[in-house]
Amino acid sequence: MKPASFAYFAPHIVEEALALLAEHGGDAKPLAGGQSLVPTMNFRLAQPAALVDLNGIDELFYIREDKNGLRFGAMTRQRTVERSPLAQRHTPLLYEAMPHIAHAQIRNRGTIGGSLAHADPAAELPALAIALDARMRVRSATGSRWIAARDFYVGLFATDMRPDELLVEVAFPDLPPRTGWAFDEVARQHGNYALCGAAATVTLADDGAVERMRLIFLSVGEGPVEAAQAQTLLTGEQPTPMAIRAAAETAAAQDIDPVGDIHAGPAFRRHLAQVLAARVLTRAARKG
Amino acid sequence: MSTRYFGQPIKRNEDPRLLTGRALFTDDVQLAGMLHVAFARSDLAHARIRTIDVASAKERPGVVAIYIAKDLGDFWQPGPLLVPPPPVEQLEFHQRTQVPLTKDKVRHAGEAVAMIVAESRYVAEDALDDIFVEYEPLDAVVDLEAALKDDAPLVHDDLERNISARVAQTKGDWTQAASEADLVISRRFHYDRGTAAALENRGIVASWDAKTQHLTVWDTTQAPIAIRNGLAAMLGLSERQVRVIAPFIGGGFGPKIMMFYPEEVLLAWATLQLGRPVKWIEDREENFYATTQERVQVHDAAIALRRDGTILGVKDIFLHDSGAYAPYGLTVPINSQCTLLGPYIVPNYYSEFTSVFTNKPIVTPYRGAGRQHGVFVMERLLDIAARELAIDRVEIRRRNFIRPEQFPYNNEIIYQDFAPLVYDSGNYEPALERALELIGYERFIREEQPQREAEGERVGIAVVNYIEGTGIGPYEGARVTVEASGKVSVVTGIGTQGQGHYTSFAQVAAEQLGVPVSDVHIVTGDTDLFYWGAGTFASRGAVVAGNAVHAAAANVRAKILKLAGEKLEVAEEDLELIEGRAQVKGAPETAIPFGQLAAEANPLRGAVKPGTEPGLESTEYFGPERGATASGVHAMILTVDPETFLVEIEKYVVVHDCGKVINPLILEGQIQGGVAQGIGNAFYEQLHFNENGALLNASLMDYLLPTAMDVPDILSDHIETPSPLNPLGVKGAGEAGAIPVGALFAQALDNAFRDIGLETREIPLSPNRLFELVMEAKKAV
Ligand SMILES: Cc1cc2nc3c(=O)[nH]c(=O)nc-3n(C[C@H](O)[C@H](O)[C@H](O)COP(=O)(O)OP(=O)(O)OC[C@H]3O[C@@H](n4cnc5c(N)ncnc54)[C@H](O)[C@@H]3O)c2cc1C
Repeated sequence: MKPASFAYFAPHIVEEALALLAEHGGDAKPLAGGQSLVPTMNFRLAQPAALVDLNGIDELFYIREDKNGLRFGAMTRQRTVERSPLAQRHTPLLYEAMPHIAHAQIRNRGTIGGSLAHADPAAELPALAIALDARMRVRSATGSRWIAARDFYVGLFATDMRPDELLVEVAFPDLPPRTGWAFDEVARQHGNYALCGAAATVTLADDGAVERMRLIFLSVGEGPVEAAQAQTLLTGEQPTPMAIRAAAETAAAQDIDPVGDIHAGPAFRRHLAQVLAARVLTRAARKG
Repeated sequence: MSTRYFGQPIKRNEDPRLLTGRALFTDDVQLAGMLHVAFARSDLAHARIRTIDVASAKERPGVVAIYIAKDLGDFWQPGPLLVPPPPVEQLEFHQRTQVPLTKDKVRHAGEAVAMIVAESRYVAEDALDDIFVEYEPLDAVVDLEAALKDDAPLVHDDLERNISARVAQTKGDWTQAASEADLVISRRFHYDRGTAAALENRGIVASWDAKTQHLTVWDTTQAPIAIRNGLAAMLGLSERQVRVIAPFIGGGFGPKIMMFYPEEVLLAWATLQLGRPVKWIEDREENFYATTQERVQVHDAAIALRRDGTILGVKDIFLHDSGAYAPYGLTVPINSQCTLLGPYIVPNYYSEFTSVFTNKPIVTPYRGAGRQHGVFVMERLLDIAARELAIDRVEIRRRNFIRPEQFPYNNEIIYQDFAPLVYDSGNYEPALERALELIGYERFIREEQPQREAEGERVGIAVVNYIEGTGIGPYEGARVTVEASGKVSVVTGIGTQGQGHYTSFAQVAAEQLGVPVSDVHIVTGDTDLFYWGAGTFASRGAVVAGNAVHAAAANVRAKILKLAGEKLEVAEEDLELIEGRAQVKGAPETAIPFGQLAAEANPLRGAVKPGTEPGLESTEYFGPERGATASGVHAMILTVDPETFLVEIEKYVVVHDCGKVINPLILEGQIQGGVAQGIGNAFYEQLHFNENGALLNASLMDYLLPTAMDVPDILSDHIETPSPLNPLGVKGAGEAGAIPVGALFAQALDNAFRDIGLETREIPLSPNRLFELVMEAKKAV
């Protein structure tokens, strides 16, 4: 469990990192918190020829308010988000879900950008980013672009980023008025990847009916999975226990197609998806 | 004696060193010129080796040597059979033991094919990529029943079937008992595989010094003396040329006493070839394949009872997974067979097992060592019987207990130590009553449970009993010396893996000698310092080595009294030993420090009487006639989230009887740790092999160990029924915590889901499995 040899670069500014990525093409990998990358290298599942260490790039560590919400520098530690009053105020869903990610020791190192870029289907942050309509800013030596979270994830451990691109920032807009939120997951042990998880936002109209709703699952597909049919079903309805149950059933039966693994078979995953969907929708609707 | 040390909750002598990172572990050994070893291991579980090409690996800079089986010449030998089969009448046994590097075919995933020695472990692992092995894949033998089919592929081609052994043992007449019974219950039970997952993986450093012609080996073994003897014989060296040191070890649990692991013989051999020290530290991934594992068994069991719950007999026919080789003989299945009878009177017993070769890592004892299965089967049968007969679960157990006046109690079959299974002592009912009181059984059943269930909760309670054969022979020894400083040293041959030997043995010696425990220096696990012994396993350290320390310390005490008596010109009976001094009772002004006595017993000048030994020292050995039987009761209250099937242990009670307690703190630690492993075994840990024999979860990411958050505080209490088989009256306690947890979980779950008639017949469980079982049970209702 020793990694293969690799070149190591420790740039201090983003431009330098981008130049290194451009120079090495697909052979270099950015190193953020290392909490996913280093174990993969130790198992020799990843053998990058070069690592571009982002930990010395101060300009990537920040949480900033702007008129639409919050912007997080890619290198912001997960633990920093978890303890941020700004995050609590602007992105309470993100704030509430942070402690579900791994253990405190891992969150001390693990970064928001690293988790978003890693695109693990069992990770919380990608699902949250979609539920909250986040946008990712990626840069390369030749330019910069924004990608909506729902377009960012394109498959198993795959994003829309090119190998020479770096995720530098993620923007989370404030929730619309009368919007409730909730997150829940089932993990065999606290700190383990979830067998299934669900994030929801529910915006209510003046008459109390659901105006807009987002229900995103993790750990039931190749990436975060949006429960499109459940969303359609509940939109325009009063969020009664019965309507929520119907939405949860639809989500579990039609919106997801989970595969089994040693921890949970497809049937159990569907069961959990239904349980969690009902739980988060109920809580989100109540807060809305 | 004014101060008592035996039985006191004394803090551990070794902890300051361990907790501040100053204790020596094998990986801490750094030697000049040391080389590093990695092993090329097979990805396939069952395959013939066509060719192995190591040419390009040898070219890699930093690679010093690469060895495959044929390079070993005559040194290539299958390992020894550690424990021969016991002398039982109905026995079939086929000896097949592991080899240092596979020659013709691999028999489990992770079996070593080549050994790479390089300047660093990094380079050694790089070279793994350069080794090309051409395999012819073979169908794998994974499932036990399929393994015994006529057309099953063979793990060992020269055997007719995949049978490692077959043993039947009988007590009374089961057939007769069944024909007279009011009720016979038959069920099938499954127990699946796990691994001990010690905090420290295995590791070896071997260093041959050509000038002194001396081999030193640091090894994470539980049996350094046996390793020394074996290595010397294999390498053609005198035992005096080989020193094996088992330093501090981060957990043994049994798998560290598999002799010999291929790595153990290969590193010792390689340092002789290369004339440089070599080091191999097993990584966690290797540990999942290369370290032995335990516990697949499938039992077809039946119990015959009278209407009042009296057990008339038990019949149990089971399959045992031995893995690819069986170097440890039949210890595990014999333990299952013998432990099944538990604390109960079972007049008629027929037990037959078939130990099966499979293409999976080797099975050897792991904490509990087969006892889990026996307890699981018996306790489950009693639970089901209680339900069928409408007798309370606790009451059916009480009715069948062996009574105190029936000891020694002969179960008429042969135990793992080859002696008849005779329980030396026991007193089961008080322990049960105490456990019921601590868990609040009656009140819970009558008030709390119905009330909480009315509120929609799923909550269950369970109480199970077990016995544990501990403290088996053959023997251990100890040398106790009063040094010129007045401090005491105790040397014993067994190794230590966290059991607290530095404290409990010190207490035993201190009790005799009247010195503070902190003044007793313990040496374990260094073959140059103590020549004889067997090892630390089977809950025997305290019983066997502990009594040897006691005997040696008692001799030294006698020597001190004799010498002090002569000097003070008083009778020995008038002396007392206090705080490292001998004095006339109640007259501190007469005190002579031990240091002075030690110096006088080892004079520099003057004649010594013939037949006199120098110094205040004694070496003694203790070998019990047979094992001492410990026993206990575990009880718990468990809640299950009815939607997610996650479980939470609300309360856990252990009432335990291991005879005289040397140190209650250490005992508590042993119980806590054992229960933690038991909880892991029951609900978190499971090795998933696919139909090709590939292990699907060879990392701690997917092999779930219980964490501090999953293990509840344990409320424990003790009953002391001293063993008559040793002077200290102690019994082993190392494995007790782990043994009955599976049975306990199953009973608690059944209790929580009794409305749908859940009957749990397998361990381990997971939320996923529990979900499936509950769905099945609901369908059946
Ligand atoms: C025991 C354990 C349990 C865990 N449990 C969970 C859990 O429950 N939920 C969960 O979500 N995660 C979990 N994790 C993963 C953890 O959250 C990681 O921190 C996270 O997945 C990756 O973040 P990182 O900063 O460590 O990234 P790294 O490991 O450094 O990088 C991950 C990948 O992203 C790439 N990358 C990193 N930063 C950028 C960037 N700015 N631009 C482009 N590419 C980039 C890297 O090249 C690499 O491929 C767990 C990890 C461990 C070790």
